[in-house]
Amino acid sequence: MTLPEDRLSNLRRLEAESIHIIREVAAEFRNPVMLYSIGKDSGVMLHLAMKAFYPSKPPFPLLHVDTTWKFRDMITFRDETAKRLGLELLVHTNPEGLEKGIGPFSHGSSLHTHVMKTEALKQALDKYGFDAAFGGARRDEEKSRAKERVFSFRNASHGWDPKNQRPELWNLYNARVSKGESIRAFPLSNWTELDIWQYILTENIPMVPLYFAAKRPVVNRDGMLIMVDDERMEIKPGETVEEKMIRFRTLGCYPLTGAIESNADTLEAIVREMLIARTSERQGRLIDQDESASMEKKKREGYF
Amino acid sequence: MSVAEDFYSAEEAVADYVAAQEQKDQLRFLTCGSVDDGKSTLIGRLLYDTKLIFEDQLAALEKDSRRHGTVGEDIDLALLVDGLEAEREQGITIDVAYRFFATDKRKFIVADTPGHEQYTRNMATGASTADLAVLLVDARHGLMVQTRRHAFIASLLGIRHVVLAVNKIDLVNFSEERFNQIKAEFEQFASGFDFETLQAIPMSARYGDNVTGKSEKMPWFAGPTLLEHLEAVQVGEHELEAPFRFPVQWVNRPNLDFRGYSGTVASGRVKVGDEIVVAGPAKTSRVEKIISPLGEVEAARAGDAVTLTLEDEIDISRGDLLADPAARPDVADQLAAHLIWMSDDALLPGRSYLLKNGTKTVNATVSEIKHKINVNTFEHTAGKTLDLNEIAFCNLTTASPIAFDPYEANRTTGAFILIDRMTNATVGAGMVWFALRRATNIHWQALDVNKAARAEKLGQKPVVLWFTGLSGSGKSTIASIVEKKLHLEGRHTYTLDGDNVRHGLNKDLGFSDADRVENIRRVGEVAKLMTDAGLITLVSFISPFKAERQLVRDMLDDGEFIEIFVDTPIDECRKRDPKGLYAKADRGEIKNFTGIDSPYEAPENPELRIENTGDPEVAAQKVLDLLEQKGLLTNSNFVSHGDYI
Repeated sequence: MTLPEDRLSNLRRLEAESIHIIREVAAEFRNPVMLYSIGKDSGVMLHLAMKAFYPSKPPFPLLHVDTTWKFRDMITFRDETAKRLGLELLVHTNPEGLEKGIGPFSHGSSLHTHVMKTEALKQALDKYGFDAAFGGARRDEEKSRAKERVFSFRNASHGWDPKNQRPELWNLYNARVSKGESIRAFPLSNWTELDIWQYILTENIPMVPLYFAAKRPVVNRDGMLIMVDDERMEIKPGETVEEKMIRFRTLGCYPLTGAIESNADTLEAIVREMLIARTSERQGRLIDQDESASMEKKKREGYF
Repeated sequence: MSVAEDFYSAEEAVADYVAAQEQKDQLRFLTCGSVDDGKSTLIGRLLYDTKLIFEDQLAALEKDSRRHGTVGEDIDLALLVDGLEAEREQGITIDVAYRFFATDKRKFIVADTPGHEQYTRNMATGASTADLAVLLVDARHGLMVQTRRHAFIASLLGIRHVVLAVNKIDLVNFSEERFNQIKAEFEQFASGFDFETLQAIPMSARYGDNVTGKSEKMPWFAGPTLLEHLEAVQVGEHELEAPFRFPVQWVNRPNLDFRGYSGTVASGRVKVGDEIVVAGPAKTSRVEKIISPLGEVEAARAGDAVTLTLEDEIDISRGDLLADPAARPDVADQLAAHLIWMSDDALLPGRSYLLKNGTKTVNATVSEIKHKINVNTFEHTAGKTLDLNEIAFCNLTTASPIAFDPYEANRTTGAFILIDRMTNATVGAGMVWFALRRATNIHWQALDVNKAARAEKLGQKPVVLWFTGLSGSGKSTIASIVEKKLHLEGRHTYTLDGDNVRHGLNKDLGFSDADRVENIRRVGEVAKLMTDAGLITLVSFISPFKAERQLVRDMLDDGEFIEIFVDTPIDECRKRDPKGLYAKADRGEIKNFTGIDSPYEAPENPELRIENTGDPEVAAQKVLDLLEQKGLLTNSNFVSHGDYI
């Protein structure tokens, strides 16, 4: 089957829409920033930003909120990426959280995420006075995301009010905010996980090695395969560290991110695995499993 | 299967698959109908049948079904779709949600929109980006008022492809007669709309009949299933046939050797060497290079996000529209449009809003509501204001000309949103019908005797002293003293007083919000003429709304509008009550009295704020001191009154 003469393919239509959104933010806001979380969605978003402004560089810095519990490979990849593309990279860690030693093992996933991600993100946005922040979230990820606008308004305390969102018609995005208020912009709103991988494959976008299957040390904890990424991970009685062929479908703090057993060590193999996948990617994230409305709650508090 | 075989087929399969993806296109559609029609269930069914529901989501769904479900023991597919907690609890869909699924042929993006009348704005939002609309009706009830409403809104937003989904056909015994009856009724009704395709399908979303698989229970139906139709329907690309339009988003200037214009091609095509025109200034050039996401290319088409460079250096910035010189857009500052109101605060004609069209944002006012349109009966009714979810045909005036096409011809350059200047909320969505008067034909009468000449003759700098505050705050008393003193100093002044103007120029206006806005607009225009005449104009009006005071400020040149807030507390005003109005308002004899049952929006940054001093002489002196400070009383060449003595 072929497309009628020069009808835009799905990927090209998505690409153009995202570039339009990214340019609109750059043109309308005083001080935008791109949240860079190192994962595949961030990688695609950054790739699109490079295209949107070529031959110029994107007119905004990257921001990484570092919880200090990311996989070591992610940090290496982050620094290499910023250097390779010649972009300014800002890294922020919640100083109070760091001082109190907040971590997922000692304080649980919920408090850790709140202090080291949500609060840290708000601190960073306030510190630099950003009036717009790009995020790589997609509407297909989760139910409350499905209703989020491309330009998502946040009040001065970064909260999201799902019942009082601005209508968003055509590609006419309302970028007006008062002092202290901001917009979270989601250029990948209409992409699905499969679109992301297809695009990575088509465009050959570099990705963190953790997405590709390799032998890695893991323990089975509460039904999830958790990788032993550094010495902070305590092995509990009854647990054993095993070397397994694993990879990750989503990346975050290593103690909160479950691996899947897989032999997919090429992009082609990953896409193939995707096609026969029967579980959605967020299942790999501990933070979403408590309650089906938990994401909506976190977003109201200022989470991405 | 051997490992080698598996490996081979994997490589092969993915290569084929990726090649197929490049050929897959995208269809965006919306579904409308009330929740009782089974709309969420239908989308849940599409996701379920196309295997887009993963196992863990299914587990969560089963859990949720037991908690909130409305279909007993079965999985309630609607719960999958109704995302927000409040919606799940109330069992209604209150916002637009976007869903995604794909088949081998297409990727689909579904805007799931609520059907109740109070959610007209949400439906319009979903429809604005859709190629096709699926209108659900309950086979038992047939066409309802809301079905007509949905068809009307879909048509208004430019959707040309419609599916009439006659759902719950199982509840009328899969009756062919019933289906044909509904279909015929709808076709007759919809003949007035400009739909290119109209496909009626009998279905049961709950049981899956004719959604993705052919129903065995309806052998009489020879048409396609819903999914077959969605996969096959050819939505013509009207924007591709329309003339070239390119709203400039961003000027790309990495160094002195490169000047590019980034944006998304709104319609038509463009290739290297084509002549283009900047709408408005009407400067022309030729396309030198086109940079697309794939690199440098020879041509681009509607929907492509590209960067263009031109052969000539002409002044182009964000908000400009590049166009085909052989088919130019309208450039006007007055236009007629359909407007959907989306805010709890009513539209007030005369109030200044921001209008965003393409990449350009300008100040605009609705100058007149020609008629409102009843969304259920399509009757035209008169109206002075527009409330949430109401639709009207209006005339608008923009502060500077904009370049656009009628919406019917171009869904991108013909669309606009209105933004409230104070709250920044998106309050309206508009579709241009036509330009009322081409700005290119408007020439201001150029007068040799201008404002500067008249002001010089009078030996003063004309300004507007705008006194705002509650009734009884002392505005008029203070203004009167100020005028006397200025007069004694030989200044040329004039006072516009609320009560006096209302006896003459504005005697046709009452005290509703809409009339208050018009009242201030007229006074602003008169003050502007007075300023043009070189006078110092004192305006003493309650002028309760920020937006209107801002409107007048915008009418005048920088520094000419001096806002003086007479900030007397309401209790003090009430005590004074010089005209006995508070007493009347308290007795309910006056409606919409500012401070009682109509709001007063205090200025945030007035040029001068006069707190309750009790002594109007002191207050007046503060005004004169401010004028002195601003240098407004220094440059005169007049002989002061004292010199005569």
